[in-house]
Amino acid sequence: MARVEARASLAKADLQDVLREMLLIRRFEEKVEERFRAGELPGFLHVAIGQEACAVGVCRALEDGDVIASTHRAHGHTLAKGTHPNELMAELYGKQEGCSHGYGGSMHLYDIERGNLGANAVIGGGLPQITGAALAFQLRGEPRVAVAFFGDGATNIGTFHEALNLAQLWKVPAVFVLEDNKWAESTPESQHSPIRDLSERAKAFGMKTMKADGQDVEAVYKTARKALDHARGGDGPVFVHLDTVRFSGHYIGDPQVYRDKDEARELRETRDPVELLRAKIELSDSDFSELDTEVTEIVEAALEFAKNGTDPAPEDALKNVYA
Amino acid sequence: MAELTYLQAISDGLRTEMRRDKRVFLIGEDVGVYGGAFKVSAGFQEEFGPWRVIDAPLAETAIVGGATGAAMMGLRPVAEMQFADFISCAWDHLVTIAAKQRWRAGTPVPIVVRLPSGGGFSGGPFHSQNPESSFAHIPGLKCVCPATPEDAKGLLISAIEDPNPVLYFEHKHLYRRIKAEVPEERYTTPLGKARTHREGSDISVITWGAMVYTAEEAAQQLDADGVSVEVIDLRTVMPWDKPAVLESARKTSKVLVLHEDTRTGGFGAEIAATIAEEAFEDLDAPVKRIAAPDTPVPFSPALEKAFIPQVEDVVAGLRELAEY
Repeated sequence: MARVEARASLAKADLQDVLREMLLIRRFEEKVEERFRAGELPGFLHVAIGQEACAVGVCRALEDGDVIASTHRAHGHTLAKGTHPNELMAELYGKQEGCSHGYGGSMHLYDIERGNLGANAVIGGGLPQITGAALAFQLRGEPRVAVAFFGDGATNIGTFHEALNLAQLWKVPAVFVLEDNKWAESTPESQHSPIRDLSERAKAFGMKTMKADGQDVEAVYKTARKALDHARGGDGPVFVHLDTVRFSGHYIGDPQVYRDKDEARELRETRDPVELLRAKIELSDSDFSELDTEVTEIVEAALEFAKNGTDPAPEDALKNVYA
Repeated sequence: MAELTYLQAISDGLRTEMRRDKRVFLIGEDVGVYGGAFKVSAGFQEEFGPWRVIDAPLAETAIVGGATGAAMMGLRPVAEMQFADFISCAWDHLVTIAAKQRWRAGTPVPIVVRLPSGGGFSGGPFHSQNPESSFAHIPGLKCVCPATPEDAKGLLISAIEDPNPVLYFEHKHLYRRIKAEVPEERYTTPLGKARTHREGSDISVITWGAMVYTAEEAAQQLDADGVSVEVIDLRTVMPWDKPAVLESARKTSKVLVLHEDTRTGGFGAEIAATIAEEAFEDLDAPVKRIAAPDTPVPFSPALEKAFIPQVEDVVAGLRELAEY
């Protein structure tokens, strides 16, 4: 597999492309919210608006051959790992052209060819598979890393502890990325965890931990790069703690009665990863607007593609149970 | 041909595949240095090393979840649950992820989960269950229940070769009690093909696992009554050999379905319903079920004997059918 040149940080030109990708994810998810509220999308959906820097920063740092496992909040990870917006949108519409051919939907997005082992609608469900995938890489002596995304809520479930324990015990090339948005659905972290620093849980296994501001995509990238190098170099797994913000509710339509509205507004004003990067690279309003138009067109095209997609035939439901 | 116990035949099958295919590895609690709780993998770590015979922590979720991830990346893990009962800890990974992976993502999950199951030695409620019907109910999982040493080896090799998650129920009460000739070379026994354990013409017994021997003993007693009993060993519960069962039912016109798992919702119910649907006109008596009662498996030998179907229970059931 092709290995890209290791880069410790992103060049200025890369940063504009990173902004474009984060903005694409943002506009994509806003469109998903809009179409869901319009009653067009089946199922239940979870957007990660506010957490784009985590997905993009980590996935940019990956090399070809690395794999990820995602969560129920998977659109950003899926796009950042290289799935085309058309295929993703088609999946949300339940079409055959979707990345999971209509079998999965938002919470079960897959793109094995691109190293996305899948969204997982069971909290903490992806972690043991990532340990197992990393074990496979280690057993075969392949320079690949397996990366699990999960939220703070997942650190309370048994799979988290079993998977981290084994990964550290075996020193497998895995990176565990905690997207700490401080909410387990509607329950704040102060009510779901007795400790404030969730990295302590990884330290208890003797695992190397790293932290970054999850709203600063450059910081996420640099940290992920370091973590991946560490894991790839045979030095064992790394726990990456990203401090992030979920601007939206748990699911689309969540009235968020549990959340202080002023605080949410303030977070949106001060910690928007898209706005923070735009300010950092001093992108002019016209350049930003051009970028916005470009990604909005991609999203509109994806919507068109999805709406014109093919409904799976009823008999397809009976296929593929066994390999 | 060598004479092997059922347990030795399982070891032989596993060793054969591990020697042949470097992708195959064993993971489980105490499977390495200790050689497995029942010694199925005794000597394996010396031969294959600690990375192909992995002593895992007491963490069934991570064992099955980890095996699933490794399988998705191209390996062929065999995960041992120390007792089949412990699979409940790994239910989510097996049922939610491994079983549905092929269907929702197109990737096969070639894992085998070995499950020492069954009662008969006072293991009590957490170490004696036969949970095959719970898993046979899950689309995407296959369930294998060998009864003979020859099948134990051949079905294990087929299970490892199969691209799907396969649950391999090895009956603990057969481990050292049952001994028979087993071919030394590598061979496979197809999943989904029943075996006629004993030919007969008056009544069919459909069963699997340790109950094959209970049925055999009962059938011998019926010989004295002049009643000829056929015993069909399903070998695999999912997929199950419907044509073979229907053929036997049509031949004898009386059927007894026998299993060690509990009665309600047991796999015998599926078999009985299928016979009623598809061979009703050929029957001379209602399909009879003999199974364990709907309780946990008791510890006390007296209670356990009352729980697990005994030869005399089967004899009584066969006589009822014979007289019908």
